[in-house]
Amino acid sequence: MTTKLNFSLVSPEREIYSGEVDQVDIPGAEGDMGLLPNHSPLMAGLRVGAITIYADGIETQYLVQGGFADVTPEGLTVLAEKALPMDEVTAEYLGAHIESATTQLAALTGEEALAVQKNIDGLKLLADRLQSGSVVSM
Amino acid sequence: MASLKDLKNRINSVKNTRKITKAMQMVAAAKLRKAQAAAESSRPYADGIGSIIVNLTHSMAGVSDAPELLVGRDKHGTVLLVVATADRGLCGGFNTNIVRQAREEIATLEQSGKTVKLLLIGRKGREQLERLYADRIVDFISLKEERTLHVGIARDIGNRIISMFNGGEFDTCKLIYAEFKSIMTQKPVSRTLVPAAAAIDACDNEGEPATDRVMPGFDGAIYTYEPDEIGILRTLLPLYINTQIFSALLENQAGEMGSKMTAMDNATRNAGDMIDKLTLTYNRTRQAKITSELIEIISGAEAL
Repeated sequence: MTTKLNFSLVSPEREIYSGEVDQVDIPGAEGDMGLLPNHSPLMAGLRVGAITIYADGIETQYLVQGGFADVTPEGLTVLAEKALPMDEVTAEYLGAHIESATTQLAALTGEEALAVQKNIDGLKLLADRLQSGSVVSM
Repeated sequence: MASLKDLKNRINSVKNTRKITKAMQMVAAAKLRKAQAAAESSRPYADGIGSIIVNLTHSMAGVSDAPELLVGRDKHGTVLLVVATADRGLCGGFNTNIVRQAREEIATLEQSGKTVKLLLIGRKGREQLERLYADRIVDFISLKEERTLHVGIARDIGNRIISMFNGGEFDTCKLIYAEFKSIMTQKPVSRTLVPAAAAIDACDNEGEPATDRVMPGFDGAIYTYEPDEIGILRTLLPLYINTQIFSALLENQAGEMGSKMTAMDNATRNAGDMIDKLTLTYNRTRQAKITSELIEIISGAEAL
């Protein structure tokens, strides 16, 4: 039994994080989940939200926008369309994204609209947390 | 025979050319390193997406309502060729080779009675294909404005292709670009983008990296999907196409720079040879002139 989770976070441009960790919290398409070592095989879509990595008592956070989490016996790979270290995320950045997503939403219907709405909710949640400062102090 | 002045001018102009080609070669070398690094670091993502889609495709086999992007349509009448070339010339046969591959592809497809549509990326490819196939070009995308390749470009192209597919504008789609083998060799290849399943099967046969990771000792393990397979596929397929385009663009960029470096290296060497030859002619001419002047003086003195 391995007691560590082999985790890597990759974006289309590069590998952002790679290493052995204790736990990773991911924003799944149907709800947040925490993944521990020896998780059963899982494939999950991601919505916009924060990934939290717990490694040796250190927490690292990244903002991910869309993508997939793939859990295999070898470990967890998160393929994010976009990923950003959380301390680089600013209220302006989130605001701009909420705005562009809202204009996008107006042109969509059905499931696509639902997906975009989910993303907006995720962004708003992060913006709120950022304002209250809980993201950093978490 | 050219006068001394003319020769001097020519030597100087070739020297200037050599300076330029030398500089271009060094710029290309620097850009090549960057392009190679970019291609290298984009690989984990592409492999990840590849292995996910291979897994999903295997579990989707035989499912009747699989997305058309994956399994394709019943008809194969119209083929969209996405031809990616460079935006700049002076890189040896790089663009010409891609265009040749495209032309061969178009010829074979049309012989078998298919309609061909062209989506061109890069100015150089358009210049060459426009002459022969102007009526088949549906769109042209230039990357000249982009200082660095980023995923946004690939995403825009991918979205365009997908919306064309959904609008029924084509049935299958192939991507033509140059694979970066080494600095010296770039091999033009054509890869199927749509239907994605065909591309994945091809990968299976070739034993490409995408399949290396098909879960050793993991066959038939029960994957939990969240949302369901179809839901994941629906978001994954566009990503897969975008990733394919992105890595093609990166390979192309590296190839272009490699090819340019080689071409400019040759040009620099040729300029050097030419300078040597011209200098030799210059010296000979000068010597001949001095000799004939001397003869004139001597024979003049003897005549007295």
